[in-house]
Amino acid sequence: MILYVNAVKHDLSVDPDLELLTVLRNNLGLTGTKYGCGEGACGACTVLINGHATRSCITSIGSVGGKAITTIEGLEKNGSLHKIQMAFLAIDAFQCSFCASGMIMSAVSLLDSNPVPSEDAIIKAMNGNICRCGTYPYIVKAIHSVSKS
Amino acid sequence: MKKLNHLAHPFEPKMEELPSRQQYHFSIDRRRFFKLTGGGLIVVFSMSDLISIAEKSYSVTSSYPPSEIAAWLHIDKDGAVTVYTGKVEVGQNIRTSLSQIVAEELMVPVSSITMLMGDTDLVPWDAGTFGSRTTPQMGSQLRKAAATARIAMIEMAAKKWDMSTTDLKAENGMIVNSTRTRKVGYGELTRGQQLIMSISDNVPVIAAKDWKIAGTSVPKVNERAFITGKHVYVSDMKLDGMLYGKVLRAPSFGAKLIDADVTKARGIPGVVVVKEANFVGVAAPDLPTARKALLVIEAKWEGGTNQPSNKNIFDYLVKSASLEGSGRNSVSTRGDLETGLAEADFKLSKSYNINYIAHVPLEPRAAVAAWVDGKLTVWTGTQRPFGVQEELIEAFRVNKENVRVIMPDTGSGYGGKHSGEAAIEAARLARGARKPVKVVWTREEEFTWAYFRPGGVIDVNAGVKKDGTITTWRFNNYNSGDAGLDTNYKVANKQVRYLPCHTPLRQGSYRGLAATANVFARECTMTDLARLINMDQLAFRVKNLEDDRLIAVLQAAAKAFGWSGTKTAGHGFGIAGGFEKGGHLATCAEVTVNSDKEVKVVRVTQAFECGAIVNPHHLENQVIGSIIQGLGGALFEAVEFADGKIINSGLSSYRVPRFSDVPKIDVILINRKDLPSSGAGEASIMGIAPAIRNAILDATNIALNTLPMLPNGVLA
Repeated sequence: MILYVNAVKHDLSVDPDLELLTVLRNNLGLTGTKYGCGEGACGACTVLINGHATRSCITSIGSVGGKAITTIEGLEKNGSLHKIQMAFLAIDAFQCSFCASGMIMSAVSLLDSNPVPSEDAIIKAMNGNICRCGTYPYIVKAIHSVSKS
Repeated sequence: MKKLNHLAHPFEPKMEELPSRQQYHFSIDRRRFFKLTGGGLIVVFSMSDLISIAEKSYSVTSSYPPSEIAAWLHIDKDGAVTVYTGKVEVGQNIRTSLSQIVAEELMVPVSSITMLMGDTDLVPWDAGTFGSRTTPQMGSQLRKAAATARIAMIEMAAKKWDMSTTDLKAENGMIVNSTRTRKVGYGELTRGQQLIMSISDNVPVIAAKDWKIAGTSVPKVNERAFITGKHVYVSDMKLDGMLYGKVLRAPSFGAKLIDADVTKARGIPGVVVVKEANFVGVAAPDLPTARKALLVIEAKWEGGTNQPSNKNIFDYLVKSASLEGSGRNSVSTRGDLETGLAEADFKLSKSYNINYIAHVPLEPRAAVAAWVDGKLTVWTGTQRPFGVQEELIEAFRVNKENVRVIMPDTGSGYGGKHSGEAAIEAARLARGARKPVKVVWTREEEFTWAYFRPGGVIDVNAGVKKDGTITTWRFNNYNSGDAGLDTNYKVANKQVRYLPCHTPLRQGSYRGLAATANVFARECTMTDLARLINMDQLAFRVKNLEDDRLIAVLQAAAKAFGWSGTKTAGHGFGIAGGFEKGGHLATCAEVTVNSDKEVKVVRVTQAFECGAIVNPHHLENQVIGSIIQGLGGALFEAVEFADGKIINSGLSSYRVPRFSDVPKIDVILINRKDLPSSGAGEASIMGIAPAIRNAILDATNIALNTLPMLPNGVLA
């Protein structure tokens, strides 16, 4: 089983039915992607598959072989944060931050496909991500700040 | 069925019920402390810490009254400051705000401060992080500790230079004289010393009006680690040789394990099965294998059926009330209720139903446990590391010195992580496997085997005169809890009472505790009384209040909201207010109801005041977060259960607020620099439910008296 994660090729001998989240976290040590619900309902496990926000807890690794998988660890390039990470840092959005990776990955996916989203488009794209601390207004603000820059 | 005792932890203990400190819990002696922290230093202890190391001869600079709150502060040879506290970071950003408080008093940058939190081997004993006590108690103690250190260093420099202390001041990590001809860094000044001091209660601290670091929006400490996925939560940890653990769960609450055949599980390579009395668990080198091993255990269970469901819970609770009265059953009576009734022009009898709700911390319970040479170390996400240490001592019959609990900054709690279930499970498996074990609960386990905010019934009987005088107030709370039980309003004749009941679900603390229920019942009734006598709801509240701070937030919220302004047709306005845990709040809400009877919360304005603000941005974030979390319990969150099973035990079935649920929110923070800072994480959740209910009533004349109010999103 070949997986391309953050532009690194991994050859793994694991059950292709296994969910991507477990493989990322336990086999590859990429623990920035979080478990929150196990049924694709909270967004904490969001990663990019060929650029699209995908819930890794309900995605089998068999279905993503050969595709480009990007996790939160793959956003930083040469020590520089992704512009969305910088926006979240500037807004100081989070409380416990357990949702942060999933929020950021969903936001990256949104802005890649729609660089200047309306408020409604942001809410629609982000609605699968839960922040139980309720920092939603700051997250919307951070996404807006990137789209305007 | 295991007896579900309300008195037992994890209900928030009252202050008088907190474990006493007669046996000092800190296991490091003085020598070990110095070894740990290194040479040249200044350490500031609370008085009770000094008592505990009194057997070592040590000069105490002066004597001060003992303090209940222990906090240590240490300055090393390079001037770096380490603060030791038993408080923990669960997202409320106290790592930041406490750093600001210390930085302010020591005149050093926030970046030079390290907060060592929630490690039972290294920090002084603490009851736990709950009840909005960190800022008023720990914050206040740390201010004094830092100020004590600052003044001690000024004295040291004065002696060194043979100058008067009045000629010296602290500035950017140094002591300098007024003409700036002399300066010395804290590290250099204290190098080679071993100074232990006690925190002075009378030490001059910097007034909030003069704050330069406290009182500003310092960004979250370590924020970069969180937004890059690098922060290691307990569920992310991996120790050498660590196994992944899973625990066999009963099919329903109270079901008893008759037999478990673990032969097949034991046959899987690498799997360790631990079977001790009712506990059956497995550990394996990887998570999929542990899951598989759990699945092949053949278990027989008995009992646990025929239990109440959420459909009949309110009758069940009320009927059980007299059966299980207890020490927490508090009655407070003033005046005579009958006299008050006779004086009333209008009377009201109301009954409010409160459903059980779940905390749903996004990081479920997690623990990593390791036994090394008889010493147990557990990393776990908990609001009470010392409480979990006690649980482990009891579970494994080991000495306090042999149990260390470490709490890395965790994925939230909201009052839901006071207990150590995962810690005990991981420790049990690790002992059996003779290897470190990690246990991370699934969402379903978190929904089922953690504890809930109590459900309850609140009966209110009230009477009012035409002029707005409340003549009588009887308030009976069945099972919801006693926080916020008493009314903030003037009433000559009143009785408030909390009646514990038999709860079919395990219940415990929640953000704001029972105030979420009690303030709802009180503020709904206040609106109903105002409507009875055709008095403006704000005016009615103000008329019956004596608390100027509460009046101030009500008026501030009403003004910003446009309470007396015109409403769009079909829209309703609601207001609610309250004081709890040091926070004064008032909430105004506007709702609209369409022809399909769908209710939309259009906007919310909340005014909040908790004394001098330490970090305005993080306070605003707490207040907004509370409003949004409170929306869930107000509108649609409810635990569904029957026959000892949780029916909606996943995030696809238990609905929590999402982006699309958020109304326009305006927050007004009132900064009272003349008052001590107090907590903000809890009181700010209380206003949203009654404000929405009162707004729906205004729009439709329909009074919704059950929380949640709109489980299906529409008016019935």
